[in-house]
Amino acid sequence: MADTATVPAAPRAPLAFRLGASPAQIAALALVALFLIAFLVVPIVRVIQIAFTGVDGRFSLVNFGDFFQTSLSRESFWNSVYVSAMTVVVASIIAVPLATIISRFRFRGAALIHTLGVIPLVMPPFVGAVAMQLIYGRNGSINLLLHEFFGFRIPFMEGLNGVIFVEAVHYFPFILLNLSAALSNIDSAMEESAQNLGASGFSLFRKIVFPLALPGYVAGAALVFVKVFDDLATPLLLSVTNMLAPQAYLRITSVGVSDPQGYVISVIMIVCALTTIGLSQLALRGRDFSTQQRGGGGLARRKLGKGGTWLATAFVILTLLIVLSPHIGILLLSFGTVWSFAVLPDGYTLDHYTTIAREAGPYITNTLLYCGIAGFIDVVLASIIAYVVLRTRLKGRHLVEQMAMAAIAIPGLVLGIGLLRTYYDVHLPTGESLATFWGMLVIAYAVRRLPYALVSAKAALRQLHVHLEEAAESLGAGKFTTLTKIVVPLMTGGLLAGFVTSFATAAVELSATLILVTRPPDAPISYGIYIYMQAAAGRGPGAALGVIAVLVVAVATFLSYRLAERERDLKSREGVF
Amino acid sequence: MRISASLLRLSLIGAFGFFAIAAGAQGLEDKVTIVTSYNKDMTGPFVAAFEKKHPGTKVEVQQRHTAAAVTFIQETKSNPPDIFWASAPDAFEVLKQNTLLQKYKPKAEGIATKAGSYPINDPDNFYTGFAASGYGIEYNTRYLKANDLPVPKEWDDLKKPIYFGHVGISAPSRSGTTHLTVETILQGEGWEKGWATLMEIGGNLTQVSDRSFGVPDAVNSGQYGLGIVIDFFGLSGKASGFPVEFVYPSVTAIVPANIGIIKGAQHQKAAEAFIEFLLSEEGQQILLLPKIQRLPVRLAAYDKAPAGFPNPFKNGKLGAGVHFDVDVSEKRYQLVNSLFDRVITFRLKELNGAWKAIHDSEKKLGAKASPAAKKMLADARKLASAVPISGKEASDPAVMNSFHKLKEGEKAAGRQAEFEEKWDAAALKNYGEAKSLAEKALSAK
Repeated sequence: MADTATVPAAPRAPLAFRLGASPAQIAALALVALFLIAFLVVPIVRVIQIAFTGVDGRFSLVNFGDFFQTSLSRESFWNSVYVSAMTVVVASIIAVPLATIISRFRFRGAALIHTLGVIPLVMPPFVGAVAMQLIYGRNGSINLLLHEFFGFRIPFMEGLNGVIFVEAVHYFPFILLNLSAALSNIDSAMEESAQNLGASGFSLFRKIVFPLALPGYVAGAALVFVKVFDDLATPLLLSVTNMLAPQAYLRITSVGVSDPQGYVISVIMIVCALTTIGLSQLALRGRDFSTQQRGGGGLARRKLGKGGTWLATAFVILTLLIVLSPHIGILLLSFGTVWSFAVLPDGYTLDHYTTIAREAGPYITNTLLYCGIAGFIDVVLASIIAYVVLRTRLKGRHLVEQMAMAAIAIPGLVLGIGLLRTYYDVHLPTGESLATFWGMLVIAYAVRRLPYALVSAKAALRQLHVHLEEAAESLGAGKFTTLTKIVVPLMTGGLLAGFVTSFATAAVELSATLILVTRPPDAPISYGIYIYMQAAAGRGPGAALGVIAVLVVAVATFLSYRLAERERDLKSREGVF
Repeated sequence: MRISASLLRLSLIGAFGFFAIAAGAQGLEDKVTIVTSYNKDMTGPFVAAFEKKHPGTKVEVQQRHTAAAVTFIQETKSNPPDIFWASAPDAFEVLKQNTLLQKYKPKAEGIATKAGSYPINDPDNFYTGFAASGYGIEYNTRYLKANDLPVPKEWDDLKKPIYFGHVGISAPSRSGTTHLTVETILQGEGWEKGWATLMEIGGNLTQVSDRSFGVPDAVNSGQYGLGIVIDFFGLSGKASGFPVEFVYPSVTAIVPANIGIIKGAQHQKAAEAFIEFLLSEEGQQILLLPKIQRLPVRLAAYDKAPAGFPNPFKNGKLGAGVHFDVDVSEKRYQLVNSLFDRVITFRLKELNGAWKAIHDSEKKLGAKASPAAKKMLADARKLASAVPISGKEASDPAVMNSFHKLKEGEKAAGRQAEFEEKWDAAALKNYGEAKSLAEKALSAK
């Protein structure tokens, strides 16, 4: 398959820069490693060491023995695996057609799908929970209507299937983003050559599109799997406690409990996440997906026939309606007076918005600032790691990558406690503790969201053939020039996808935020929403703040896509190659 | 790094000395930092009134849920916030035992000493009760009407088959106040009988929430109809316009809500002033605001309360009839929480299934049940309400010690995980057998 889809793999020239690594590369990787050790490994180890401590206070594995001997733990483990796998299936059913429509066909509103596709990730906890229950719950709008007219209810939100439904609706954008980035990186020349050689229809798909899009799909699917495995909010919202994440959370956060099992489960979740990522890489190993030709701007976008357009539009509308229903719920909640056991709120008002207009300003600017910086840090770190892993033979590069990926399975709470424990006694020149300085929130977000950016960066770089860099270098370009003029511009789409996911998901991070925020004026929007949603009277204002969070991220996402599209247009006009 | 930081801080202190003097007109520091689990509706009015009374002293409120607050205080020993302000007595107990609180005996007078049988203040003066709250049932009137459900009055009403799938509670391991309610039932009815009551109510539960506010939130929105909640949640939901009501059952626990000064507090005088303000006539009146609705501990405060406002210190029913032994409660604290999670929270589906089968069979057979069927149903009931550890074993110190970090000289009977696995297995087996017995009873001659 590899030799039909890609450039015949020329025997790789034993160039010096591929065998070892330049001093600059070594230094860059060392800095990344230092960052990860300081803000991820050390804090985490200081917290989860309790998992390895026996009753006598010495090192012991007895707690892990207990985990595997407990039927509830085993059951939770298999439930988590089942739910994660099924979510990947359901999320693919939503994401693959959407990605195909926007990157293979001329379809009005592709930018809309791009933007709306990210929105589900931006569902502030608590607000999302309330909104989903109000729409799909046992006594939510849909079931109240069904019950009144047809006398039955659909248990959307019950049991493991409920978790799969909600998770798929929430996390399918990971597949959508990565897959559509991969699809739009496929060169149309590749497709044309295949067509010239007589391939069409399914065989074109099987031989060209599928293998070239695979890295993006696998990257997205692995993220969905790991994220669902680690997700806490949804099972808790549906009161499903027999899964690993809620089991760990419930044990760690009980007041004054020193139960080691919570930390044992955290360790097991980290191991599972790393295994999943490792397996996904193994699946891609030995396949060379990169293409040399660039600049065509993705596959040729074909015109849809009348029936096709109709079908695609119907599918897009239906999907978006399901996917955006929690947002519709929040919107109604933010304008509603009282909404209780009814299909719609009793009345509508602007009061909630006037309430937050007085107080929400700093929340919004803080969020933009923190998450913007965190997203930027992530893109930089992810590019370095991806480049070193894929382009050098530097020893220890995989270890750094695994460290970065491990962050995905670290409960935010554990990271928050670890950072506080490690850095509270380190003081800034102002006398403020480093742990409670707002910059620590940025670091916590950057560490937690780095895996997203890394997955995107790797997928982007994987598609970029090393010959392009070699060509540039043999034409006399220095390493730095090659990097800035060739590698980075060609990775823009993937890096942007990474930035957007990091930024958007950081904007609604709550668990680490709750531990690290000490001064309300320094707090981001997620903290503000949490505070409002803790009071009966705060539901409306909390929802209004949620709407604003979603809008802020939507606008940021939309702008960055416009930027990327413009870059791409410019490039193809100038004819870079 | 640390040296230069403290040098800098010294110079900063110099620079800000001017403000310190300005604030010092009343001898208070320029600010006081409070870690609290209370929401804005509650803290706002107190902060505003306090700052008005003590101009020059700013109140900084950090809101965290109770568990995060306790963690934060544990991790910031070197430079802690000044005050911890929350409901859950257990959180204060944990801080006290880790020597993270400092003693302070308020000067205010005219304060009640006991709420029901529960002491208002920590006997060692590490924390102080500033308000009292009682547990009760919050229900959604629209929901009850739509589902043709009667209004419940007593805890025992919640056992009735008609409420199957309509009731919610928060887990005692997650909510210190729910824990006290559970403990009140256990002490009032005795270990075995108390657990039987809890498990029978458990059969009707649709959710065991991981946070206290999750229950009133769900009842407010009509996700389910009835919730076991603390009074101010029910009363403030109603005050916010939701179609909900709140009732106190005749036997209920009244528990204090607390405030305490954290050890190493930087603003000692301001912290003390804040506590005194809470207990003052002015501060206690704030508790009566519609959005706050907590029971004052200053007896005179009830004179100005609106008609019908519950007064636990006069109303003989509230908080009476329960003998509450704080010592017993403290010792088996974690054990009770862990047991509740094993037999109810984590096995809710199975417990629901067993009780549904029992209710269905009893309804179908009615009075016509044959003696054999009656026996089977009685056995099924017994199985579905059997606690897997006897009262005697549960009060064995070595067993209780298995659920917390061992102190010097303590011995544990085993590891927490070992007990939990035993309880889980027993619960699964009992509920399964109860269900099949109840189903078999239908065809028993």
